[in-house]
Amino acid sequence: MNAVLQYTVQGLAAGSFYALAALGLAVIFGVLGVVNFAHGAFYMLGAVAAAVLLDTVGMSLWLALLVVPVLMLVFGMVIERLLVRWLLPLDPLYNLLLTFGLTLLLVDLVKRRYGVSGLPYERPAALDGRIQVAGIGLPVYQLFVIGVALLVCLGVWLLMSRTRVGMIVRAATERPELAGALGINVGRWVTPVFGFGVALAGLAGVLAAPFRAITAEMGSDFIIILFAVVVIGGLGSIVGAVTGGFLVGLVEAFGQAYAPTFAQVLIFVLMAVVVLARPAGLFGREEATA
Amino acid sequence: MNKRRTVAGASMLMAGVLVTAGCGAGGPSAGGGDFTDDKVVLALLNDASGVYKDVSGPNSKIAIQMAIDDYQKKYGDDAVVDKIEVTSADHQNEPDIANTKAQELYDREGADIILDVPTSSAALAVATQAKNKKKLYMNIGAGTTDLTGAQCNKYTFHYAYDTWMLANGTGTVVTEDGDKNWQLIYPDYAFGQDMVKSFTGAIEAGGGKVAGTVATPFPNDNFATYITKAGAAKPQVIGTMHAGGDLINLVKQFNDSGLKDKGVDLAVGLMFISDIHSLGVAAFEGTIFTDAWYWNFDDKSRAWADRYMEETGDRPTYAHAGNYSAAMQYLEAVQSAGTDDADKVVEELEGKKVDDMFLRNGEIRAEDHRVIHDVYLAKVKGPDDVKEDWDYEEIIKTIPAEEAFRPASESGCSM
Repeated sequence: MNAVLQYTVQGLAAGSFYALAALGLAVIFGVLGVVNFAHGAFYMLGAVAAAVLLDTVGMSLWLALLVVPVLMLVFGMVIERLLVRWLLPLDPLYNLLLTFGLTLLLVDLVKRRYGVSGLPYERPAALDGRIQVAGIGLPVYQLFVIGVALLVCLGVWLLMSRTRVGMIVRAATERPELAGALGINVGRWVTPVFGFGVALAGLAGVLAAPFRAITAEMGSDFIIILFAVVVIGGLGSIVGAVTGGFLVGLVEAFGQAYAPTFAQVLIFVLMAVVVLARPAGLFGREEATA
Repeated sequence: MNKRRTVAGASMLMAGVLVTAGCGAGGPSAGGGDFTDDKVVLALLNDASGVYKDVSGPNSKIAIQMAIDDYQKKYGDDAVVDKIEVTSADHQNEPDIANTKAQELYDREGADIILDVPTSSAALAVATQAKNKKKLYMNIGAGTTDLTGAQCNKYTFHYAYDTWMLANGTGTVVTEDGDKNWQLIYPDYAFGQDMVKSFTGAIEAGGGKVAGTVATPFPNDNFATYITKAGAAKPQVIGTMHAGGDLINLVKQFNDSGLKDKGVDLAVGLMFISDIHSLGVAAFEGTIFTDAWYWNFDDKSRAWADRYMEETGDRPTYAHAGNYSAAMQYLEAVQSAGTDDADKVVEELEGKKVDDMFLRNGEIRAEDHRVIHDVYLAKVKGPDDVKEDWDYEEIIKTIPAEEAFRPASESGCSM
């Protein structure tokens, strides 16, 4: 029982990174139809930015959690305006290639500037240590990560379901032609939505900074798992991305604990099973993929 | 879809053509006089852009150039050769690329010696080329004991460190100091499996036992569950065989696991000072590991490290220092042989006793070409004990040269 609770927390903490980043990926895919291969690099940039801001201006994690996503939002909007936009009318393959190239560029630039062995990051003392829950010591930081992720996911869900902007974005995500036919100008939301998706990846990166190695390569494996997450959850589905994220985190943790050799494979087995049973993913719409 | 396949196929074909073109070109350079092409060429082959870039990488070229400068200053007009060049190539940690590059360096660029080559599989590929081409190769960056064991050859020398030395240092000493009950966490590929074997042997020889091992994927960023699992067996010490980014991930998550507070020690199989520098001493505080060389060990090492810092802006890892030393020993051997003829240089090197800024009580062992020297058991200082940048290690024990490395009689090498 003791161990099961620990694995659950570890799985949910890992899942938090996936859920946040996948949420961004889903929003971008939903509205722009862009399979954003650079999402792992944006996650990496978030972590690197947090480390650099801590080192240069002494910015604490608390502040970085607010500042870095805003910076990433602006960065994402610039990328959309300068690059992604021009390829939107073409085959989606072009934007896949563009974002793949962008990944290589960003990874290399970070490598050149900050080397390959990674950047140090010290988290605030308040998030150190462990707290006792039911007689088991659980790391404060992992609980904090889960808390932030749930809060943000809830916030995004509220934004999507309770506001006009959210409804437009949702309409554009789920029924783009219909939304257009109803006179909703989807185009003007494209840039901020892309920026917003990038900001979510950046936020996941900031949260990862105290917990993972901050290297130029940190997004490379991450993006592969992320694609598994969105396929499991349903491409473009917001609820699906979040559920998929936490689900994959849990599968990974329990896989590592009870079948370590197959831990990584299990995620893709899960993906295969889901896709076989529901080709559009857990929360995807069948029509959307038709 | 078809179009996509065609594009992918075409690029693969192009890549293939480029690689094969590289293999065939150039021929062996036949020497007329004492020196082929009237010059000596030292080639650095290592990882110029990937995970081991900071450990050795391009800065090793600067270290080798320092050796050339020192040699020329020392011998002046008496130097047996005037022109000494250094060249370099990136093997991207891929054995097949290392293999091609080694051929190019020897054949086309006229390299008399290849230095460094981290990543064991790449190192073994280069050793084979050295043997085939009858040209020198001094390994610094790779850990496999096969270089001086089953796959040893006349032209290959192994500097700095190997897995036997790491295990014998950290494994034996930590066990003898009272941590008898071990759990090992290792990345599931050749190096990790090798390290587990070496460590298990050393721990058992020291009177301890490895109660369990946990294999992890490589590379990996989430180790929390693996650590919980290893910790559940209540060991006195957890030994990690990870390196680079994986090691940093693991240490961050070990510090989070609460095992430290329960008195579980963390021993690291392979660590470079650049790892400590990147993560900060606080995270590694108290970690025990075996170091082949430390820049701030004494005046001699520090003097060299100061010069290196003027050139590069950083402190050297033992790979940088090892590259300098290896280049220097090679040039000294060329000087006494009066030629760059590989067989004659090997003769000069074999059995040579050396004491330089890197090798203490060093000997270039003739039997298996293992370069033995004193190594150190080090402990990472706490943040309060660090008086200057990069001064992260407290040397707790010197392991004498003859104990530090696998005895030649056990190497299984026959040349």
